[in-house]
Amino acid sequence: MMEKNVNVNIPAIPQEKFQFVQREERIHDERLKTKSISYFGDAWIRFRSNKSAVVAFSLILVLLLFAIIVPEVSDYTVSFRDGYYKTVLPRNPLFKNAGFWDGGQRSKQSEAGYQYLRSIGQESGVPAIMKEYDSFVDATGATFHNLRVDTYAQVGYTYQNLSAAEYQALMDYQDANNVQIIYPLSATQNKNFVRGNDGANFWYKLQDETQGSTGAPVLDENGDFIPNYLTSDDPQKAGYTSRMRIAGDGENGVWYTYAQKNQTGYKVRVNYAEYFYYKNGFTPGFLFGSNQHGQDIFTCLAVGARLSFLLAISVASINFIIGAVYGSVEGYYGGAVDMIMERISDVLADVPFMVVATLFQLHLADKVGVVPSLLFAFVLTGWVGTAARVRTQFYRFKGHEYVLAARTLGASDRRLIFKHIFPNSLGTIVTSAVMTIPGVIFSESMLSYLHIINLDASSLTSIGTMLSNGQGYLSTYPHIIMFPAIFIAILEISFNLFGNGLRDALNPSLRGADN
Amino acid sequence: MTKYIIKRILLMFLTLFIITTMCFVLIKLLPLPAVREMGRDINLVLAKREKMGYNRPIMVQYFLYVKNILVDWDWGVGEQLYEGLGIWDIMMQKLPYTVTVNLYSILLSIPLGIGLGIYAALKKNKWQDALISTLVMVFISVPSYVYAFLVQYFLCFKLGWFPLQAASLSQAGSLFSTKMFVSMIPAVLSLSFGVIAGFTRYTRAELSEVLTGDYMLLARTKGLTKAQAISRHALRNAMVVILPMIMGEFIGILGGSLIIENIFGIPGIGNLYINSINVRDYNFFMALTIFYTLIGLVSGIVIDVSYGLIDPRIRMGSKK
Repeated sequence: MMEKNVNVNIPAIPQEKFQFVQREERIHDERLKTKSISYFGDAWIRFRSNKSAVVAFSLILVLLLFAIIVPEVSDYTVSFRDGYYKTVLPRNPLFKNAGFWDGGQRSKQSEAGYQYLRSIGQESGVPAIMKEYDSFVDATGATFHNLRVDTYAQVGYTYQNLSAAEYQALMDYQDANNVQIIYPLSATQNKNFVRGNDGANFWYKLQDETQGSTGAPVLDENGDFIPNYLTSDDPQKAGYTSRMRIAGDGENGVWYTYAQKNQTGYKVRVNYAEYFYYKNGFTPGFLFGSNQHGQDIFTCLAVGARLSFLLAISVASINFIIGAVYGSVEGYYGGAVDMIMERISDVLADVPFMVVATLFQLHLADKVGVVPSLLFAFVLTGWVGTAARVRTQFYRFKGHEYVLAARTLGASDRRLIFKHIFPNSLGTIVTSAVMTIPGVIFSESMLSYLHIINLDASSLTSIGTMLSNGQGYLSTYPHIIMFPAIFIAILEISFNLFGNGLRDALNPSLRGADN
Repeated sequence: MTKYIIKRILLMFLTLFIITTMCFVLIKLLPLPAVREMGRDINLVLAKREKMGYNRPIMVQYFLYVKNILVDWDWGVGEQLYEGLGIWDIMMQKLPYTVTVNLYSILLSIPLGIGLGIYAALKKNKWQDALISTLVMVFISVPSYVYAFLVQYFLCFKLGWFPLQAASLSQAGSLFSTKMFVSMIPAVLSLSFGVIAGFTRYTRAELSEVLTGDYMLLARTKGLTKAQAISRHALRNAMVVILPMIMGEFIGILGGSLIIENIFGIPGIGNLYINSINVRDYNFFMALTIFYTLIGLVSGIVIDVSYGLIDPRIRMGSKK
């Protein structure tokens, strides 16, 4: 309510006190002092504050680097197989005396087994027994030893059949590098002993030399082994011209025999660790151990991870593109176009993935290869989800005023779709593309685990193949299955955390929607 | 609602028909596995194939295939697997294993998952919630076969509580004997971790959203205790989303898990499917393809329809 006749006593202000605020200057808004933040810049700030997502992202980068770098620098390849270093345990040279990760395995050995392992150490100078815990006598009077056995050194010696040229080369190498690789043949030439690479490790006198001998030694009065090498009076028997000879050779004019001539060349007895170095140029050492084929698990894992990453990233990006285009067209035009396209994608979405993958493998694997046909299978139905998301976004935004305004101004359909409406759905589909990655990795490993995709013929491997390799050795050599299983678990957790972080960052309104 | 259901079912059959046709044609385009000679007369096999119409045009074969199923319920016989035995009989033999294992699994998972979810939602933003959410994240992400290996190694091998492989019917006597049950526990556990985590996550998300609703405040204001308000108002509303999920799980028990069946040697449908692929028995493969497609389609319908039945606010069949 206004009062009438208000006599406000305003003191008279002299005119000279008034002045113009501005006269020459033009009025304008103050410039923004801060830098404007783009959508992705904003998302990045939100993403950074999410600790678990950042950790997950760094882990993914580490695993990605592992997958890229390791196969390039590793001594081993997937096709590398070694028949003697099978199922050896993980060994890291840095952990030599740590008591773990040193290639050692705790095992209970009978007396004969204990002597057998001891003899390998004595002959080669590399002890096969890392630690003796204790020994006990059981009810039947048999002695048992609890030992930590070096799974590498216990390989010991093997027989190799070499051609004349290979034999000569090996002897030259011995002389040039001053190493003893060829050792004298054992006098017991029986095969199929219970232990020791066809008896190659029995350089000492046995109590029982028949087949099936346990390797129990005859010991001298000091408890030492009695050498039982094949001997002759000819120091260069079977063409052994190398100057490398083991201690005790040539005493009393009796010379050890280092080789035996057979139809194809020479049979020699070699120290396998040294022979391995001679053949391959590096010392045997498997960071994650080796599997039952003698493959290096570390390298296989990196190659398998490479396949997983490659497949997952290609599938995610292809699905992103197809889904975006398909969903845009559906959502923008609507009506009959939408209905027909929806039905098509409905049908595709309802085909079980296993069936698609199997049919593609059966039809295409021989023509375009295993991996491309797997990629096709993933792409055939994978984009449906992305398309549905884009379509929903289009339905939400296509009626907005700014779109009508743009249309009135004469913008073409294409411009409306890609310039005006599509960017609204970008956050959703980037998230959904990233979220498909763990699923692809899982499906791929499952398919190869079940042998529906078969990579045996190629120089590739996959995590699923490694898992199925290890399945039969779960109780005896759990390391074969453990490393790929841990790897895929970390990978899946990281991608899920990363995806969640990305979703929260790109779609702030959905923050924590299903978490 | 009835109209909507009928429409969905008709549409389902159309989809099923399209998928079946595509798969049938694609399978028939594959070269037939060579006739194994050992102990069999080649001419006999070839004659059988001729009689079954293998040499006629694919569309004629397809017509015969559909006709046999619809008229005589004849799904064909095994060629490489279970030679000469009816496919339907074999599938019905295998199905109980899959259903039993999965039934145990969801009977374990649903109460546990929902219980944990409710607990986490009530303790929102406290350490219990953080712990459960972290575990849920881990258990949802880690593939089921990793649990299978862990269970197999620690519980079956190291501790020796359970056998490494599921018992066969002849060993256990009956599908519901104690021995069978014990031998199935490892598989049930491996299957359950992921499902429990899934239910926990959804229950927590739904319930914590519902708990912030105005009507919850009203319920408390009018004098209900917290427990009353939660059980009568919050949980009921949260169930709108969770119940359809449970329905979906129940349909899904028919399908089972290929990889878990494989690891634990459960002679179920999943194992049959893998075997049929590995030995190229296309009759089994075709029948199982239809089976799996149908399960997927039916569970989709059941989930959608149950939304409408549970929550009258969700009108079905209305224009989107």
